Amino acid sequence: MIDAHREAFKEEAYELLAELETSLLELEDRPDDSEIIGRVFRAMHTIKGSGAMFGFDDIASFTHEIETVYDKVRTGEMPVTVQLINLTLQAKDRIRFMLDERPQGEDSQEPALQKAISAFKKLASGDGPTTPPTQYSSSRWASPSPLQEMPPGSNVTYRIRLKPAADIFMSGTNPLLLLDEMRLLGDCRITAQTDAVPCLADMNPEYCYTCWDIILTTDRGINVLKDVFIFVEDNCEIKIDVIDAVVPTEPEEDYKKLGRILTERGDITEECLNSVLGAKKYIGEILVEKGLVASDRVESALVEQQHVRKMREKAQAKEEGISSIRVPADKLDILVNLVGELVTVQARLTQTASSLRNAEITSIAEEVERLTGELRDNTLNIRMLPIGTTFGRFKRLVRDLSGELGKEIDLKTEGAETELDKTVIEKLNDPLVHLIRNSIDHGIETPEARIASGKPGTGTIVLSAFHSGAYVVIRIRDDGKGLDREAILSRAIEKGLASPNTELTDKDLFNFIFYPGFSTAGEVTSVSGRGVGMDVVKRAIETLRGSIDIQSEKHKGTTVTVRLPITLAIIEGLLVNIDRSHFVIPLSIVEECVELTREDAIKSHGKNIACIRGELIPYIRLRSEFNIPGEKPLIEQIVVTGRNGERIGFVVDAVIGEHQTVIKNLGKYYKNVEGISGATILGDGTVALIVDVPKIAKNVELAEAVFA
Amino acid sequence: MGKRILTADDSASIRQMVTFTLRKEGYEVVEAVDGKDALSKLNGNPVHMVITDLNMPNLDGIGLVKGIRANPSYRFIPIILLTTESQESKKMEGKAAGATGWIVKPFKPEQLIAVIKKVLG
Repeated sequence: MIDAHREAFKEEAYELLAELETSLLELEDRPDDSEIIGRVFRAMHTIKGSGAMFGFDDIASFTHEIETVYDKVRTGEMPVTVQLINLTLQAKDRIRFMLDERPQGEDSQEPALQKAISAFKKLASGDGPTTPPTQYSSSRWASPSPLQEMPPGSNVTYRIRLKPAADIFMSGTNPLLLLDEMRLLGDCRITAQTDAVPCLADMNPEYCYTCWDIILTTDRGINVLKDVFIFVEDNCEIKIDVIDAVVPTEPEEDYKKLGRILTERGDITEECLNSVLGAKKYIGEILVEKGLVASDRVESALVEQQHVRKMREKAQAKEEGISSIRVPADKLDILVNLVGELVTVQARLTQTASSLRNAEITSIAEEVERLTGELRDNTLNIRMLPIGTTFGRFKRLVRDLSGELGKEIDLKTEGAETELDKTVIEKLNDPLVHLIRNSIDHGIETPEARIASGKPGTGTIVLSAFHSGAYVVIRIRDDGKGLDREAILSRAIEKGLASPNTELTDKDLFNFIFYPGFSTAGEVTSVSGRGVGMDVVKRAIETLRGSIDIQSEKHKGTTVTVRLPITLAIIEGLLVNIDRSHFVIPLSIVEECVELTREDAIKSHGKNIACIRGELIPYIRLRSEFNIPGEKPLIEQIVVTGRNGERIGFVVDAVIGEHQTVIKNLGKYYKNVEGISGATILGDGTVALIVDVPKIAKNVELAEAVFA
Repeated sequence: MGKRILTADDSASIRQMVTFTLRKEGYEVVEAVDGKDALSKLNGNPVHMVITDLNMPNLDGIGLVKGIRANPSYRFIPIILLTTESQESKKMEGKAAGATGWIVKPFKPEQLIAVIKKVLG
């Protein structure tokens, strides 16, 4: 598009140059013919003006010098000499050459060009008064006004009084458009002053009688503001004052009193002000009553007062909003720990208060509970970071790896602003790198293979994150070839994980790739295929109390979904007990609780299956799982948990209720205990263990498989 | 219901560029090669704004501004002069004749649009 314009300009310039040559030769014969001089000037002028517009800056600046000379010739300051015509003819050839060549940044012409330019400069300054050639600037269209510079970027409030000349309309100016333009610059309040409008009989409808008071808060700087009025500077009275610069001033000082504003604007004099200040009334009312000032003016001054007050409030609020401090992460961890302790103590307080049945203590306990809750939420919030910080790194990974493997891959990210606990994000990096590598290496095909199967040559990996309840879901989706069912199955049979004649669901099948040492990659590449990978990924995700799930469709692509708790520090749990031991089951996976009577248990013929509303749900007895001695009660409770569409019940003695759990590590001696992911301290000081539901379910599943 | 803008310039490339820029913004454009041509093309036709070069054969920009303002139908329409920086005096002369504003060449399409928005709305 620009090129088309450039071509048009070149064509035109050739024509103009040809015309210029003829004119110059004519001029040699008739050096006084002003019409010919005009033609030469116009040709130069057009070449200069258009040249600069279409990127021929060198031509423009060169022609500028010639134009300057001819401007003098035109006004009679300089005579037409043979020398001038010779120089101009040479210059014409030079311009033609510059048009032809466009030697991008080539300097071989530079000395000759400089010589020609200085020749013209000499000519221009040699005769007549020396006017320094105007510095040629290529982009500025409104000359900057020399007024006090306010650095753009900080909010400044201006008071502008715009009083257009009565005949402003004659120049085709619509003052209302100026006001509109001002409104675009920032927060703006405009009051029209109509006291100069005469009565209808005396009015000339082609005149403008109104003037405007504008209070504008903007961060664009005074020059931008002055640019608004650039065309009307001469036929408008424009008064611009800075009335409030919102640099952190002493905000407690209130904005000027109304009387001050009016005197500052020159609407009333100091004496007027003093004479009325004695009376105890609103000053504005008094002034108007006494006829010292028009009510419009007072109105307008009041607007200014309000506006500045509002802006100051806003600026203050903003100041607080954007300021931030850097704190070492371990200090935050200590804070979170302390809050954890506090939550525990608060739970004890609540419990004690309710047992004491003292109204006063109960109310204090409630207050403490509320405050602790807020403190906890806010503290945890501090550690939240947008996941986008990790996403950034993956762009590079994808770029480098795809180059290495000769693939074309586009990485798209969604939900980079999703917040997650800092500790989770840190531990998430490695698993995500692994998953993305897998997508690049096994998922996306080579461009040739993709085109052959009717897909665009460039593959896409979409990395997305979003909140879902107390979890953050991270999804890595590629549009590659998908998982190879057959290859996985044969490998699973080879490894003895599946028997050849079992029917496996996609889910079961894809789960095999999480087994240690399971790889279907034909060859080991630098990227993946060594069979260490998915099992490590899965373990890492599980230590974060998250889960991982794969969906895949052949030739369409693979989606890996990772679900992670938003924070590792606190979970909502369901407190249950077995005998005298307390356990916590994460509430996020609890679906419902149902009773299990002895009769029900007998009915299922020794199988651990309960029938809940027609659906058969397998259950696990935590009592036997944790080897807790003692007699089970007549009626037990099944806590039904659901994960990835699988429902498993956990049988406990009783359900106590919901419990906010601050998670404590078990310490290194108990680190390897399976089935327990942590511990928490209850209100009365006893310890409750947090049940690692996925782990137990898996262990039991494996045990069953062995028996089968 | 686009607004109609008349552009007068003896340089075909400038005209082309102005026209291209304006049409893209949804304005209707009438082109004229000089002041005389511009006046004949106005001739009572509804035009909401004029953008004119200063230096043109036959009738220059100043003459065109005077001619336009002399016609009651165009007394209040905005007129923008295209000038170069060396023509400060001409700029003043143009203003005195009734031009609304000016654009200093070289300009970028965005600047042209900004000025049109400023005076035409």
